[in-house]
Amino acid sequence: MSAIDHPDTPQEIRERFGFLRRSYAMLVKEFIQLRRDRVSFAMIVMLPVMQLLLFGFAINTTPHNLPSAVLLQEDSDLARSILKALENTAYFRFLYEVHDVDDFDNLLKSGKVLFGVEIPRGFERAVRRGDKPALLVAADATDPVAASAAIGSLGMVVQTALKHDLYIGDPPEMPFEIRAHARYNPAAASSLNIVPGLVGTILTMTMLIFTALSVTREVERGTMESLLSMPIKPVEVMFGKIIPYVLVGFVQAFLIIGIGVGLFGVPVLGNLFLLALLSTLFITTNLSIGYTISTLVQNQLQAMQMSMMFFLPSILLSGFMFPFAGMPAWAQYVGEALPLTHYLRIVRAIMLKGATMQNLRFDTLALAALMLIAMTIAVTRFRRTLD
Amino acid sequence: MNGGNGIAIDVKGLSKSFGGREVVHDLSMQVKRGSIYGFLGPNGSGKTTTIRILCGLLTPDSGEGTCLGYDIRRDAEKIKRQVGYMTQRFSLYQDLSVRENLEFVARLYGLTDARGVARDMIKRLGLSGREEQLAGELSGGWKQRLALGACTLPSPKLLLLDEPTAGVDPKARRDFWNEIHALAADGLTVLVSTHYMDEAERCHEIAYIAYGHLLAHGTVEEVIAKSALTTYTVTGEDLNGLPAALTGKPGVDMVAPFGTSLHVSGRDVAALEASIAPWREKSELHWQKSSPSLEDVFIELMSRSRDNFQ
Repeated sequence: MSAIDHPDTPQEIRERFGFLRRSYAMLVKEFIQLRRDRVSFAMIVMLPVMQLLLFGFAINTTPHNLPSAVLLQEDSDLARSILKALENTAYFRFLYEVHDVDDFDNLLKSGKVLFGVEIPRGFERAVRRGDKPALLVAADATDPVAASAAIGSLGMVVQTALKHDLYIGDPPEMPFEIRAHARYNPAAASSLNIVPGLVGTILTMTMLIFTALSVTREVERGTMESLLSMPIKPVEVMFGKIIPYVLVGFVQAFLIIGIGVGLFGVPVLGNLFLLALLSTLFITTNLSIGYTISTLVQNQLQAMQMSMMFFLPSILLSGFMFPFAGMPAWAQYVGEALPLTHYLRIVRAIMLKGATMQNLRFDTLALAALMLIAMTIAVTRFRRTLD
Repeated sequence: MNGGNGIAIDVKGLSKSFGGREVVHDLSMQVKRGSIYGFLGPNGSGKTTTIRILCGLLTPDSGEGTCLGYDIRRDAEKIKRQVGYMTQRFSLYQDLSVRENLEFVARLYGLTDARGVARDMIKRLGLSGREEQLAGELSGGWKQRLALGACTLPSPKLLLLDEPTAGVDPKARRDFWNEIHALAADGLTVLVSTHYMDEAERCHEIAYIAYGHLLAHGTVEEVIAKSALTTYTVTGEDLNGLPAALTGKPGVDMVAPFGTSLHVSGRDVAALEASIAPWREKSELHWQKSSPSLEDVFIELMSRSRDNFQ
């Protein structure tokens, strides 16, 4: 009596769907376990909401009460009037009034002020003569976002101030030139980047960790031994463990984008369906990488450490923190190998620029390639035995 | 090819090392279909490793053989389909309920109507009313029943049970063994490792393994007979000083207390009798020549193997 001597026909028919059936068994199991784990389950919702509220409000690109200094080389009505106008915007708070260039530089260098205005000698007279003198503005651009917004606001503020002081009616053009120096770091980021960027970073973090712990947890709890003694294949284990979290990631992406649109007024100019589709691809890629990590490490602690090792470069080199174009070539190559880099381009392009699939072909292919590489490593690395 | 000869497990010369330490050495064994085969030996003797090799969880460094007619090296996947393996440590999902665990196994093996099969098994295990209890919250005895239920669910032809009754109370142990005998009566082959002598005596055949070497095998009677051990049972007042006095004397291989009596055993009958002669004359001690118990045989085998292999 054996399966070979007497082939069991109904069993053989079921065999043909064995792949789906076993993946499904695994998937149901993972779902139940996820549902039982109340804390993890709560984190699925809490994590994106908390992070978005925290970062969305904390990372505010409109500066408030920037500590500022003024280098006053002439004490004219016009100078006073400009300072007053600047202070009225509530962007700047003038803490120091100095008359010496060295004092001015030291204040900026020491970080006591982030912003400085220099009113040169003979400024008022030059304005009245129509010489268009320069009003020097120096900003500590180590905080690029704050500096650029402050600088951007200057022109209008000053012009408004002059309306009251010098002219009746609108001046035909700026009576003087504003010469802005973004010191230390000439680059700057844009505010709308943050919410789309957060979609990517939060998904990277949660998805990586969910699957990175999955295989090691089975090994540590001893359940791997009986799982391996059953007729299930590595690919089936992988799909069973990845698919439930695709749904989780989808819920998270939906939450983040929903709050971003509703609360922070981030537009979604492009196609929502395309965004959902490519987000699913990105989620699956991260899950595959997390799963790969879990087949490479011995225990859950190592899995966490390795996830972090992947997560930090993702944040720093993907263009989330710093502009991608500003990085040296080698760092850009590293960045191209990270899924977050491609997803950031995708999500920003779809939400803010209304991009279509045509524009995103390269990044989509890159994500798909990274996913396949990770899955291949995971399946070949997955140990079928306890050797 | 599969089992016309009535042999479920037939392996020759199995060896397995971990990090340079040989855990299983040149192990050969045959297990008849439908029999209960007891696997005995001290901790770390290679019982678990052997069982894992048999069900395809480990690949042997050398040696070959078949399990249910399938080659243990090439056909691991086919073996897995027909073998139920109950691990030493509870390895079902603690955060899944009894029902969910059984349904998971049923789905994985592709049983039609996973729910129905699981429901029937719950009834059979006497776990009705506990279906929704998490497996991790069950007591030791119930966990073990559930684990047995899970590995018999796909109707395997061979059961490999690795110390299934460790830490289980006597009543649950007896129920468990009754279940195993019932399964064997249905034609299932069972290989079970254990530390308990009373369990060993419930097996059709036993094998004793120590330090990776298979030292003895056969029925309980055969193993005792082959040991060539002579045992005297001593009873009487004040046996306290006796073990210390006898241990190490020529011919005395083992002195072990059994309740109010003492077992003194040795392989060399003449030397043994010469050594115990002075105490046999004492009127307060009662000496009786008896057949050694299985435990005597195993402890003697174990101390001998320690001399040989360590």
